Amino acid sequence: MAQEESPEYDVLIVGGGGAGLRAAIAAYETNPNLKIAVISKVYPMRSHTVSAEGGAAAVIKPDDSLDDHCYDTISGADWMCDQDAVESFVNEAPNELLQLEHWGCPWSREADGSVAVRPFGGMKIKRTWYASDKTGFHMLHTLFQTSLKYDPIQRYDEWFVTKLLVEDGRCQGVVAIELATGRIEPILAKSVILSTGGCGKIFPFTTNANIKNGDGMSLAYRAGIPLKDMEFIQYHPTGLPFTGILITEASRAEGGHLLNKDGYRYLQDYDLGKPEPKPVLRSMELGPRDRLSQAFVKEQERGGTMAGEYGHYVHLDLRHLGEKIIDSRLPFVRELCAKYENIDPVTDLIPVRPVVHYMMGGISTDIDAATVLPGVYSAGEAACVSINGANRLGSNSLTEILVFGARAGKNAAAFALEQKEASSGLQAQVEDERNRLAKLMLGEGTESIAGLRKEMHDTMEEGAGIYRTRDSLAASGQKVRELQERVVNVKVSDASHTFNTDLTAAIELTYMLDGAEAIIASALLRDESRGSHQRSDFPERDDDKFLQHSLAYREPGGSPRIEYQPVSITRWPPAKREYGQQKG
Amino acid sequence: MAEETITIEVLRYLPENGAEPEFQSYDVPLRSDWVVLDALNHIKDHIDGTLSYRWSCRMGVCGSCGMMINGEPVLTCAAFLTKYAPGPIRVEPLAHFPVVRDLVTEVTDFVDKLKHVKPWVVREEDKPLEEGEFKQTPAELSDFKSYTMCINCMLCYSACPVYGLEPGFAGPAALALAQRYNLDNRDEGNDERMARLSNDEGIWSCTMVGECSEACPKDVDPAGAIQRYKLAGAAEWWKSFITRKGK
Ligand SMILES: Cc1cc2nc3c(=O)[nH]c(=O)nc-3n(C[C@H](O)[C@H](O)[C@H](O)COP(=O)(O)OP(=O)(O)OC[C@H]3O[C@@H](n4cnc5c(N)ncnc54)[C@H](O)[C@@H]3O)c2cc1C
Ligand code: SF4
Ligand code: FES
Repeated sequence: MAQEESPEYDVLIVGGGGAGLRAAIAAYETNPNLKIAVISKVYPMRSHTVSAEGGAAAVIKPDDSLDDHCYDTISGADWMCDQDAVESFVNEAPNELLQLEHWGCPWSREADGSVAVRPFGGMKIKRTWYASDKTGFHMLHTLFQTSLKYDPIQRYDEWFVTKLLVEDGRCQGVVAIELATGRIEPILAKSVILSTGGCGKIFPFTTNANIKNGDGMSLAYRAGIPLKDMEFIQYHPTGLPFTGILITEASRAEGGHLLNKDGYRYLQDYDLGKPEPKPVLRSMELGPRDRLSQAFVKEQERGGTMAGEYGHYVHLDLRHLGEKIIDSRLPFVRELCAKYENIDPVTDLIPVRPVVHYMMGGISTDIDAATVLPGVYSAGEAACVSINGANRLGSNSLTEILVFGARAGKNAAAFALEQKEASSGLQAQVEDERNRLAKLMLGEGTESIAGLRKEMHDTMEEGAGIYRTRDSLAASGQKVRELQERVVNVKVSDASHTFNTDLTAAIELTYMLDGAEAIIASALLRDESRGSHQRSDFPERDDDKFLQHSLAYREPGGSPRIEYQPVSITRWPPAKREYGQQKG
Repeated sequence: MAEETITIEVLRYLPENGAEPEFQSYDVPLRSDWVVLDALNHIKDHIDGTLSYRWSCRMGVCGSCGMMINGEPVLTCAAFLTKYAPGPIRVEPLAHFPVVRDLVTEVTDFVDKLKHVKPWVVREEDKPLEEGEFKQTPAELSDFKSYTMCINCMLCYSACPVYGLEPGFAGPAALALAQRYNLDNRDEGNDERMARLSNDEGIWSCTMVGECSEACPKDVDPAGAIQRYKLAGAAEWWKSFITRKGK
């Protein structure tokens, strides 16, 4: 697979998810003579893109328009996204999804054989392409299988990146551990694309997989690249309490009800409309994700939720739909409940609670997927361009990984073609990194990985959850700083060089703590409420002061520094978000 | 009252110390909502940080967590502890694959096999994007849909008696994947794939007992795919006497 002797690539892609694979193919298409490699800590088809269910948005039907898609995205984002970026995204989306169709993605179809689209939360018009209820899975496997066609795309499967190599003002590669052997090697490159996905695992309850620790965000942050809009974290209102497994919005679209401990449809008390027997768009259970998650917290404060072993929860009731509807429309929901939580939605109430789902923020890039550090590009959930602003619309991110994955691949390839050979001073950095990791593996630390991780989880949920205040954030910020100091002394109990997942777990913990600190600092300084960022002490949106992206920089001592950058507004001046009655 | 527990016996193996694989027992809480993977995570976090295994999604879709439980290949994230109570539960790495360490197997052979069947749309001429999508009716889609559902978990390889004996055999998932493209009306690569697979003795050794389809957690039915291959292969043999399609 990978070669001996420090190899040198033109384009090195960190991440084998949807964004990374799309970038690799785009780099190849830009110039087939380039040396390209994809490095991933799991085999690419294990990447978390695989778990996305709902679909991917792009305008293709005659009753739809590009402007409508732009407007839905911008208003959904509570005007925090860059409108020029959104326009490029919306314009390029249809071709990207078509390209995937030509590569074989098994999109669901209309009777006449054309691609089918379905409705999705926050979209006024049906424009979400889907491959039954396994869209991300099919997209990822299509991309992976198609990438196998291109022999020049080399893969480093199960290699774990620990550092970016920066010299002479530009990034020239990475240092990574080959998991199977434990060897620590430099992989040099003229340009590097970070497509490492999100960081949901910073929080205790999340729909995100074990591998989503914000590795790339931290690598960039440590190399001086700012993280943008980290305070914006999307909760999904219906996750299973213990596992965090997502119960799709479709279960509510089919007529599922959310009930409090008395079996009462409590959403009616939070300005989300009146309960009707049949589902009504944008009302009650079909309100927007952030509003539903916020109503849950209010209900909990009022004593209406139930206390369980894994925190408070309410019930999602599908029983009245009957076995036939559940089996025909929501088979995956029944399968997930049965196989992973031991309950049957035909006869049982499903316990649900809001769970951390998606990171709107990330590595700050411009519209070309470039960061401020020459040679570093980023795309996918790891990046923040931004098109998601304060609240991502469901089904935009699967499209985003294609559009900006392709842009990153193209632009990184063009950059690589202009660069000279690698600098000479890199070897010293590689040795330093080897020494750092060797020291970690001595196992002389005393702090337990699981223990520190739990303390991080508790304080993030406590202080930086759905509702935040200056005091809660300041307290959590202090706690995370304490954890940053203690993690230096973390104990790696496994000294083996073969597939040492204790070592990688320790490193992942340090990545998550960086992300946690950036999240808290950005949230603490944003004295307003917008989209997913709700400050009980500042309940209103404040466009005068905060129509600006937060940029978190890492200070030499490790603490964050926040700067601001204006949001780009082109054709859609800020307005009120129209989801029925606004009031938290 | 003391919490009920169950014993997990894990096959441990570390190449560096030169010792033979050995079972190690751990007692973990027997909880109704825990799957075997949760038990392994409990061991890793609280009892023994040196235990190595793969996992990611914990929802049966990433395909990383396949292991042998009491001799059967299963996804450990979909295997409730209570099903195996009162235990003990034996956990071993997937059969028929070399072991890297503990429960981690060497899977490059499998990944190479996927590539071997050319799992991409092969066309003489690409269709320009401006011409829009290929038409594909729901009926045409359903012809190959089940073969697209494979999560590459490799349980079928552990269940397959032929792969156990003939490691050169492309194997159930790779053949299902070949059929997934062969049967897709956008693809024209049937002949190329047939040419690659025609020397695969394994296909003809397959006795169609269907262990692979039984082990499959996603109803891919690789045995059915292999059966279709055999039929197509035989038809191809006769056809070869009549005409050869120009390349
Ligand atoms: C349950 C669920 C359902 C979803 N449903 C939808 C939906 O219906 N529609 C929609 O639009 N979006 C959905 N999303 C969001 C969407 O799936 C993700 O945002 C998107 O797939 C992210 O893709 P990615 O390529 O950026 O990252 P990922 O697919 O997460 O890939 C990250 C890659 O980086 C690699 N990596 C990470 N760290 C390192 C390291 N240190 N060294 C080497 N490699 C590394 C990993 O191995 C992996 O290959 C959903 C998300 C979840 C969790
Ligand atoms: S065919 Fe089934 S058992 Fe075999 S790898 Fe695919 S999903 Fe797993
Ligand atoms: S952890 Fe992903 S399939 Fe089990």
